[in-house]
Amino acid sequence: MSMADATANSHAVEGARPLRDALIAYRRNKPALLGMLLLSAIIAFVIYGTFFFKGDPYEIVWAPQTPPGTDAAVPLGTDYLGRDIMRGLLKGGGPTLAVGAAAAIITLVIGISLGGIAGFFGGWIDDLLMRVTEFFQVLPALLFAMVVITLFSPSTLTTAIAIGVVLWPQTARLTRAEFLKIRELEYVTAARSIGARNGRIMWKVILPNALPPLVVSATLTVGVAILFQAGLSFLGLDDPNTMSWGLMIGTNRQYILDAWWPVTFPGIAIFLTVFAVSLVGDGLNDAFNPKLRGR
Amino acid sequence: MGSTAYIARRLLYGVILLVGVLVLNFFLIHAAPGDPAQTIAGAMGGATAKMLAEIRTSYGLDKPLLTQLAIYLAHVAHGDLGTSYYFNQPVIGLIAARVGPTVLLVLAAQVFAITVGVAMGVFAARKPSGPLSAFIAVLSTIGYAAPVFWTGIMLIILFASIWPIFPVDGMTSARFAGGYFAYIGDVLYHLVLPAFTLAIIFLAQYSRLSRASMIDVLGADYVRTARAKGVSETKVVFKHALRNAVLPIITVAGIQFGNLISGALLVESVFNWPGMGRLAFDSVLRRDYPTLLGILFFAALMVIIANLLTDLSYRFADPRIRTGGR
Repeated sequence: MSMADATANSHAVEGARPLRDALIAYRRNKPALLGMLLLSAIIAFVIYGTFFFKGDPYEIVWAPQTPPGTDAAVPLGTDYLGRDIMRGLLKGGGPTLAVGAAAAIITLVIGISLGGIAGFFGGWIDDLLMRVTEFFQVLPALLFAMVVITLFSPSTLTTAIAIGVVLWPQTARLTRAEFLKIRELEYVTAARSIGARNGRIMWKVILPNALPPLVVSATLTVGVAILFQAGLSFLGLDDPNTMSWGLMIGTNRQYILDAWWPVTFPGIAIFLTVFAVSLVGDGLNDAFNPKLRGR
Repeated sequence: MGSTAYIARRLLYGVILLVGVLVLNFFLIHAAPGDPAQTIAGAMGGATAKMLAEIRTSYGLDKPLLTQLAIYLAHVAHGDLGTSYYFNQPVIGLIAARVGPTVLLVLAAQVFAITVGVAMGVFAARKPSGPLSAFIAVLSTIGYAAPVFWTGIMLIILFASIWPIFPVDGMTSARFAGGYFAYIGDVLYHLVLPAFTLAIIFLAQYSRLSRASMIDVLGADYVRTARAKGVSETKVVFKHALRNAVLPIITVAGIQFGNLISGALLVESVFNWPGMGRLAFDSVLRRDYPTLLGILFFAALMVIIANLLTDLSYRFADPRIRTGGR
């Protein structure tokens, strides 16, 4: 079952307080709670590293390729130049998470606008927008992002925009499907009959009811965007003066047979972050979907 | 709709999408900051005034934008995707030499992921809360959350220094001597790790999907009927159920093709696999825009062909579509 199907019935949640029910369901879901806990810990770690920790991740502090656990000053060891891996993790998380979140927001804005318009108006507008969506799905996302970044010079902002520009089609399709279904429901007809304009119906009546599956999809998009950011900076396409977890793996990849730790720890950081995000996403999906509760 | 008309319509749609990619390429060149001639020549500098003048004439850069677009499309229609000023070679030749390894990598990963994924899904569906189901749950988490380039590096560390049974670098052995079949063997031997790395992501998705799909189908009325008739369990699973359970896999496998190519870019970079991804990466570093845009075009072409084949195999696998049931 696809995610769209899994969340298809979520807008039909019955009972007076669907949000509270969802919250209760989420709290009973152990993996989802674990994900939330893990994600909070990672965010706290990154916030500490970005705003409170004063070390320079580019500074050479110790002998090159010091293994982890050999000295308390560099608990996770040093890379091929003698830079502290722990500092890299602390300082590199900010750009990774920020780009992931910014790209997910861009994806949502484009995807929900286009998908919403397509699903609401239908007809030739829907046809046209869906052809455009299909067109963008033909372009391999990472390659397209590479092209955009190369043409418009690498920076953190370019990376976020490039990822957002390549990831929106799925959100658009999901939004369209939800809008198509909801626009036929009685409360939409009711809103129309009291003279609500299209814009109001779309964004004030339909969108809030389409939100549960979109929130789930947004969560998973953050995970994918983080992976894209990591991949692009691994390839050296992000700003080289911005430390990030992907960049740490990229700059140390030539020395992996001499030292495993400079590439292993940033990779674990990326993995745990995306893992936590996906647990939260799955948890939200189950929580919003009464059919799946208690399984 | 007859099959021929259907295929013709799909082909036409594919061509339109391809032209769309070219138009996009054209506008990307013009939207990039700076002089389009410089962009085409590559922004690394080093382009002489004479070269820039040649590019301006050849692409009609002094003419109106739409005329330029027409000239650009005409170039491509004649098989001219531009010249790589870094290699001083036509882009089309550069890419043609590297399409093979990428297609080999992508197809090997896809076939492996589908066969093993479906097999795992089928056996897991027999016991929805058994150990194999748990394994699939773990695998799909890893497949989703682990960056593919990092998985590749971890495998290189494992197979290069701890358990050296597979080559971790390139497509052929450096000192290779032997006949044609030995060559194929050598390439396949080098293919194992890159293809496996790329396949993990999709293996996770396909096994999860086919497990869910199989559980659905095994609960269907016609499966119960088949069992009630006394059809053997093997036949029920593999003949009655699997054939229907595999339909969603075909759809998803088609949709995933673009993602496979994206993943292949990273995997090729990690394993020094001499395909389009390596070329793309090198072109990025050299700001070799004609090559980069040519690769985008070819990658889109591969996705379009894959989508077309998916559609056709879907029609083949599901007779209801062929007989106009829809």
